Parts: sequence; C-alpha cells; structure tokens
Amino acid sequence: MAQDLSAWLIFFGALFMFIAALGVARMPDLFTRMHSSTKSATLGVGLIMLGAAFHFGEIGMTMRVIAIIVFVFLTAPVAAHMLGRAAYFAGVPLWEGTLSDALRGHYDRRTHRLISDEKVEENFPEGDIAV
Amino acid sequence: MILWLTIGLLVAAVLLCLYRVARGPSLPDRVVGLDLLASVTVGLIAVYAVLSGEIIYIDVATVLALIAFLGTVAFAYFIEKGGMPWRKT
Repeated sequence: MAQDLSAWLIFFGALFMFIAALGVARMPDLFTRMHSSTKSATLGVGLIMLGAAFHFGEIGMTMRVIAIIVFVFLTAPVAAHMLGRAAYFAGVPLWEGTLSDALRGHYDRRTHRLISDEKVEENFPEGDIAV
Repeated sequence: MILWLTIGLLVAAVLLCLYRVARGPSLPDRVVGLDLLASVTVGLIAVYAVLSGEIIYIDVATVLALIAFLGTVAFAYFIEKGGMPWRKT
C-alpha cells in the first residue's frame, strides 16, 4: 500500500517536472518560460521527495525530506524573482504578442528603484526610464 | 516498473532543458534552463535513491539543491550588475 502510494507520488512529480521542461523548451518568451519552470518544478521536487519519504518510512529520512521541501519552497521563488528582475533590467525583449507591460516606465534605470507613481515620466529626465 | 517510466520522463526533461541551454537567445534564458536542470537532477537523484535503496543519496540531493540556489542567485546578480553590456540601448 505504501509502496503503491510512493510510486504514484514519484510518477506524478516526474510528470510535473516533464511539463515544466516542456514549457521551458516551447514557450516563446523568457518570462513565460520562468512562469512555466518555477512553479511546476517546485511542485515536482516536493512530490518526488514525499514519495521517497513514503518509500523508506524512517524518521531520519522523513526529517531530511521535510528539510529539502522547506528549503526548495523558500528558495525557488527568491531565485526566480532575482532572475526575472535582472532580466527585465538587462532589456530582454518581451514576446511580440504581449498585451501590456505594467512595469514599463516605473523603474529608475540608474538606481534600479521602483516608483509606483502615475506621473513617473515627469520625475526623471529623458533616457533614465527603463523601457 | 513505474519507477523506470519515471526515470524516462526525467531524462526527457533533462534533454529539453539542455535544448533550451544550447538554443536560448539570451543569457537569462540559459540560466532558466540551468536552474530547471538542477531541479530535475535533484528529482533524479531521489528516484535513484528509491531504486537502489540507499538513504545516503538523499544527502546528495540536499547539497545539490543548496548549490543550485547559490548558482542561480550569482547569475542573477551578475546580470543585474551589467553582465550583458551588448544589450545597452
């Protein structure tokens, strides 16, 4: 019973990871690729680790698995946010079918500071606004 | 039996990540591919630990998850501090 449960947990984790890799290979844009990879890969690692914990069924193994899951759930959004922010500053082009860019004109290009003001374009001289 | 199907899915995921790392038009695309490649490798090591019955491999997965996070953060810092000077417009 526990063996079947662990096998199916590991299988669905691997399925989520395969879907994440498929999205990374097929999506048209850096940010859509990041959207595909981060969430599904985190869920996939969590499911595979849960399956391994059910398979072994020891207290030391379970503690290690919980530590890995907590660590991945804490660090994956941080790493994705830092990478997406850096890519936006570096000027990675959006997909040509993108409808709106909510951050456009709200970043000071020199200090990398976010300003959520309506009249932000008047606050900076020409050429200082990241587009 | 189902674990070998799982190994096949994860190897296909590794190949798709390698395709993005080789093809990606910009440096952040390649970093996204490398980040996902590290996550898939953590899962692969865990599945191998279940197949071989050795608990010690889970420690390897822990260390790899730590180092992958540090690598991604280092790449993001490098890109934000002007790692792509050919893209200044």
